[in-house]
Amino acid sequence: MLSRTAENLYWVTRYMERAETMARLLEVGYRIALMPSAGEGNRNEWASILAASGVESYFQQSYSEANETTLENFLVFDTNNPSSVATCIAKARDNARVVRTAVTSEVWDALNSAFQEFKGLRPGDLPGLCDWTKKQTAALRGAIEGTQLQQDGYDFLNLGYYLERADNTARLLDVKYYVLLPTTQRVGGSVDNYQWITLLRSLSALRSFHWAYGGDYSPTKIAHFLILNKTNPRSLLHCVEEASYHLNRLARAYGQSTGAQAQANTKLARLAEAHVEDIISDGLHEFLRDFIRDNAGLGQTVADSYLFGSK
Amino acid sequence: MYQGDAIRDTYKSLAEWSEKLGPEELNAKRAEAEALFRRIGITFAVYGEGGDPERLIPFDLIPRVFTSFEWSRLERGVKQRAEALNCFLRDVYHRAEIVRAGRIPAELVFQNAAFEPSVVGFRPAEGVFSHIVGIDLVRTSADEFFVLEDNCRTPSGVSYMLENREIMMRMFPDLFRKMRVAPVEDYPDQLRRTLASVAPEKCITDPTVVVLTPGGMNSAYYEHSFLADQMGVELVEGQDLFVEGDLVFMRTTRGPQRVDVIYRRIDDPFLDPLHFRPDSMLGIPGLMNVYLTGGVSICSAPGAGVADDKAVYTYVPDMIRFYLGEEPILKNVPTWRCGTPDDLKHVLANLGDLVVKEVHGSGGYGMLVGPASTKAEIETYAERIKANPSEFIAQPTLSLSTCPTFVEQGLAPRHVDLRPYCLVGKKVNLCPGGLTRVALREGSLVVNSSQGGGVKDTWVIAD
Repeated sequence: MLSRTAENLYWVTRYMERAETMARLLEVGYRIALMPSAGEGNRNEWASILAASGVESYFQQSYSEANETTLENFLVFDTNNPSSVATCIAKARDNARVVRTAVTSEVWDALNSAFQEFKGLRPGDLPGLCDWTKKQTAALRGAIEGTQLQQDGYDFLNLGYYLERADNTARLLDVKYYVLLPTTQRVGGSVDNYQWITLLRSLSALRSFHWAYGGDYSPTKIAHFLILNKTNPRSLLHCVEEASYHLNRLARAYGQSTGAQAQANTKLARLAEAHVEDIISDGLHEFLRDFIRDNAGLGQTVADSYLFGSK
Repeated sequence: MYQGDAIRDTYKSLAEWSEKLGPEELNAKRAEAEALFRRIGITFAVYGEGGDPERLIPFDLIPRVFTSFEWSRLERGVKQRAEALNCFLRDVYHRAEIVRAGRIPAELVFQNAAFEPSVVGFRPAEGVFSHIVGIDLVRTSADEFFVLEDNCRTPSGVSYMLENREIMMRMFPDLFRKMRVAPVEDYPDQLRRTLASVAPEKCITDPTVVVLTPGGMNSAYYEHSFLADQMGVELVEGQDLFVEGDLVFMRTTRGPQRVDVIYRRIDDPFLDPLHFRPDSMLGIPGLMNVYLTGGVSICSAPGAGVADDKAVYTYVPDMIRFYLGEEPILKNVPTWRCGTPDDLKHVLANLGDLVVKEVHGSGGYGMLVGPASTKAEIETYAERIKANPSEFIAQPTLSLSTCPTFVEQGLAPRHVDLRPYCLVGKKVNLCPGGLTRVALREGSLVVNSSQGGGVKDTWVIAD
């Protein structure tokens, strides 16, 4: 496969995963806006959602206040925002368009219909927009699983998904990491409960959490669920495990091991051995910062090993 | 199709068919075809017009029909021309006998912008320079065809020939059962075989063929990816290829892979920034060196453009006589070269009746259709000609044949032209079909898709 083709496939899924993250963030913001402003964190919740989106600097160029209207516009429709749903869908489709022959017509259809339908969407129905976006990403995922040959192209599509998702989960956690610090354990008031719920909800993990841990929230349980529980499809461990799985598959198929494979396996081994208590006592923020850095490093190594087609 | 009011025999069963369907059904079918095109993604961007870069070319449901008798004559004519053009290219890059013999002016060849001095003395594999020759033809009477222009570089549009057929077969299977239409679907196979047959000297294994595209923003990108897919070869951009030693490789996820034949869909000046334009981002540095030392074949060969220049065009009948010792089967449209003073005088005096084109123009841009232009337009154009006469040629407007076409008012005659695609490698091959372009506006003679023309399927009916 051409290196450029692999690169395009990788970006198709990265962008669509990012579009989904934006929709999830907005959904959380919207739910909070519906609640009575009891806790003190409520009023600036849109600001923290903006922070979690990772594109705050672009926001400041053209908006002043973070609220439902501005964020809906910025995170969904604004094509100057490199991570808006509009930008992500257009870029995902562009990447697929230049490698049309490497994706099935169902996969192309999923991307192309998302792109065409998006033109008809208008602001003012935030839950509708979020649902719509998640449906599109689910349709793509389904088309990939149901129709793509499970060859190297499939591995590159999945690498895009999991590297992006790991980054998103880690960044969402980092924005809220202070909620999980030991000092808050003692507080345990309604404000914190509500903050935890927000965090879990933003990762579509609220109900899964209950299934896995019973009803009680505690910072260690939540951190464990989001970082180390590999049954949770958005946990860091799960993402790293999947990335390493697909890199191992590639190395086997090509009969050639690469730096990316070694790096992912090391990272996986380290994370699988980790204990959540240690992570928290050593500094959750530092842990997440390092994780985000390593994850980006892995993305770079994948690019060097396969995508840029080194001589 | 129409001779006076009579409908030619070949169209009878088609006429019955379309009458039976009626305009409403036809309209519904047309909408269906359009949806199919959009879904498959066959689109066409128009340079310099802005707007939707993924515009559809209008597709007309009524096919254009040739009998196999009509086609066999046309086929001989096209092959003859394609062969003579390749003889000419071999000759002008070697001893240039045709120039020595005084049959074509030296400056027209050697001062030509498309003449490529660096390939003088180089003989490409099988001696072929132009591997895909697209000849644009119009018909003026039952058995008279005129050649409008030759395309020796990278004639586009063949994907329409294939997709139009695909869609017609999907929508009207009954017609195909009745009419025995010669298939065109093996064109991609033939193309791949043609390209593989001109592998370079240094290629010792099964040749690796690639299609080289300028990228997704190019108006013909769909065609590039379609052809690569149909041939089962990689579609590459310049950045995917690199030169190491005296060979060309592509970057793949398994490491470098050697490339033997490049079917390029980018123009000469962009092929190699070290050799041509240093600012080209599309090319592969060092490619020309590999080419000239027999490490890779480039199709069409660099320098092939000198044969399809509109001023050289007027000499093609002479080429046929000179190289093949035959009389041309297809005629040239009488052409005045504004570079010669007598011709210029005639052209300026008769602008209202003539079609004037830029020698190096293409795609129907920058031309003047005298009968369809206002006085002011003609005057402005005359000034342009006077400023640089040798840049222009002029031709009479021909009484082009028309073909029934489905327009808003129902079926009506519209002007058409035809571009068949001749493949030249070890063998010469002409696919029984081609791209029929139709001028959708009543009375219009301009069929270019960039000027609002449409396309039709082209049928050759077996006896």
